[in-house]
Amino acid sequence: MKTQALKIDREALLAQTLRGEFPDARGRFGPFGGRYVPETLVPALDRLEQGIRDILPDPAFKAELDMQLRTWVGRPTPLTYAATLSQRWGAEVWLKREDLAHTGAHKINNAIGQGLLAKRLGAKRIVAETGAGQHGVATAAACARLGMPCTVYMGSIDMERQAPNVGRMKLLGAEVVPVTGGDKTLRAAIDEALRDWVSDPNGTFYILGSAVGPHPYPYMVREFQRVIGVEARVQMLAQAGALPDVVVACVGGGSNAIGLFHPFVPDTGVKLLGFEAGGIGPGLGQNAASLAYGTPGVLQGCYSLLLQDEHGQIQETQSVSAGLDYPGVGPEHALLASIGRLGFAASADDESLEALSECSRYEGILPAIETAHAFAGARKYAQKNPGCRILIGLSGRGDKDMPTLQRTLLKGQI
Amino acid sequence: MTTSIAQPRDSISTAIKAAAASGRPAVVGFMTAGFPDRAHFAQNLREIAAEADVVEIGVPFSDPMADGATIQRASFASLQGGFTLTWLLHELEAMQPRPQAPVLLMSYLNPLLAFGLERLPEVAKKAGVSGFIIPDLPYEESADMRAALDRVGIALVQMVTPVTPDTRLKMLCAASQGFVYAVTMTGTTGKSVAVPDEVLDYMDRVKSLSPVPVCAGFGIRTAEQVTRMQGHVDGVVVGSALVEVLERGEDPAQFLRSLKS
Repeated sequence: MKTQALKIDREALLAQTLRGEFPDARGRFGPFGGRYVPETLVPALDRLEQGIRDILPDPAFKAELDMQLRTWVGRPTPLTYAATLSQRWGAEVWLKREDLAHTGAHKINNAIGQGLLAKRLGAKRIVAETGAGQHGVATAAACARLGMPCTVYMGSIDMERQAPNVGRMKLLGAEVVPVTGGDKTLRAAIDEALRDWVSDPNGTFYILGSAVGPHPYPYMVREFQRVIGVEARVQMLAQAGALPDVVVACVGGGSNAIGLFHPFVPDTGVKLLGFEAGGIGPGLGQNAASLAYGTPGVLQGCYSLLLQDEHGQIQETQSVSAGLDYPGVGPEHALLASIGRLGFAASADDESLEALSECSRYEGILPAIETAHAFAGARKYAQKNPGCRILIGLSGRGDKDMPTLQRTLLKGQI
Repeated sequence: MTTSIAQPRDSISTAIKAAAASGRPAVVGFMTAGFPDRAHFAQNLREIAAEADVVEIGVPFSDPMADGATIQRASFASLQGGFTLTWLLHELEAMQPRPQAPVLLMSYLNPLLAFGLERLPEVAKKAGVSGFIIPDLPYEESADMRAALDRVGIALVQMVTPVTPDTRLKMLCAASQGFVYAVTMTGTTGKSVAVPDEVLDYMDRVKSLSPVPVCAGFGIRTAEQVTRMQGHVDGVVVGSALVEVLERGEDPAQFLRSLKS
């Protein structure tokens, strides 16, 4: 991480982090976060912030969300002991099964949460962006459930590589708008969703799927995704009889990672490890690993670590995984990484595909390509730390990745 | 302390007021730096500055989230042509004679952060820049930038919109320097607006609250719109329409004259 320019007091920030003081009143996680948006969106973000403060703690809202999570999403998701991977890696491997959540990934936790909030705030329509299509599908499903019209922006490159999800969104009643500008992937889709929202900040609610964007989004997404880590922590104590030595997740924007990590942040004996998209190499434009290779800057509403050139222009990213293919990372991740609470590394395309294959073959679980980056990292960690107890966030299932897998792992096979 | 004479930012309100005194709204002409190409930048700027009362130069950014199709297209083309902020500031500094009208830069925050807040004010002043418009820097996040620009008397223009609540409107007008940029509509740049009565009422409200001149922008394309705004604002910003004139290889000066007649 190239954060030399940042003058930070790591110890003070770590103490504040452990006390749960972030985000602060200005929407900051230490130096990161904030609210860098066009003036048109400021009143809408103020209303959203007030809404979060009033509605999230409301017992009636909590009961409604809890009911939807239990009876519609299928929570709690199980914790699975991965016997064969444990044996192969020489470790004790546990999997938090977000792939079993409705629509196939953790994204639904946040989509139904924000959807319910949008309804309470009187929104008339929903917009969302999607990369891998999982957030788009989750939002389309939540909107169908709650009876709200939904428009999803998706980069044209992603529409091709995640074609099954485009059809799913349409069946769920969403309008899917291809984004052909910019990098034609997740970043361009967020730009376009923001432009839509700017056009109708009063009637439209933007359900952002990653723990990025202007305050209060990173905070709100974390709060709706925390359920992953809260459940996993209890399940580890019950099933493994102890907390994990290390918690591992893939990191793109970072929603599944922060959801899994956050409840473990105060457990300082538990190591947190995020694995980013290493793409085809460490050079600018060859990967999507903002913690590993990024520098501080402002993109899409927040100050965080970005893949940019020396002139502050955001660079195109490369990854086999549409869901991690983003040149920034959540501000809370940037903080946790810069104060040493979160370790990080990049998993390359090929080793991630190999890890996907191993998990499928030996555990009978086909993970999403995004998720496979966590498996590739976990395996390497296990080899260096024999006997360690690893909890992996299995953030989503890989059915959506069949077009890419046909072109890669299954090349030459029927 | 900053009210002493001959600050760069004073030239902006002076130019706008001079136009208003001659009985028409001031015209703020926008061009994307380095578009259609870098070779003709100085010439285009000179021609625009000869007709416009103020010139706003757009600094291309990879993620122009407040901009519509035209300025997005121009920004990407300029970046592909090798644009950098360093090039632009050199180009401005080297221009002889200097553009006739005051020059503002409109830039998203990140290219300015990358350039460095420590050296931006002095370099911008040397390049003859009178003000900055930063569409993704709301007032609450602007303290560092404001202090940096204040040091050399360069304006930081605030934007207000039709959905800005009254108390905030008042605060933003008081904080704005050079002029207040009153966005005509919710949305991105470039869509044509009909200028309904509500927009005029909103402009009147901004004008009544603002200690500095008020310029309306987003979607201003025709002389009819400018005429309709007369009396309700001190100036208009013409952006996408002017960029399209340059894109088609037409004469920007002639287009600007048509808006002033």
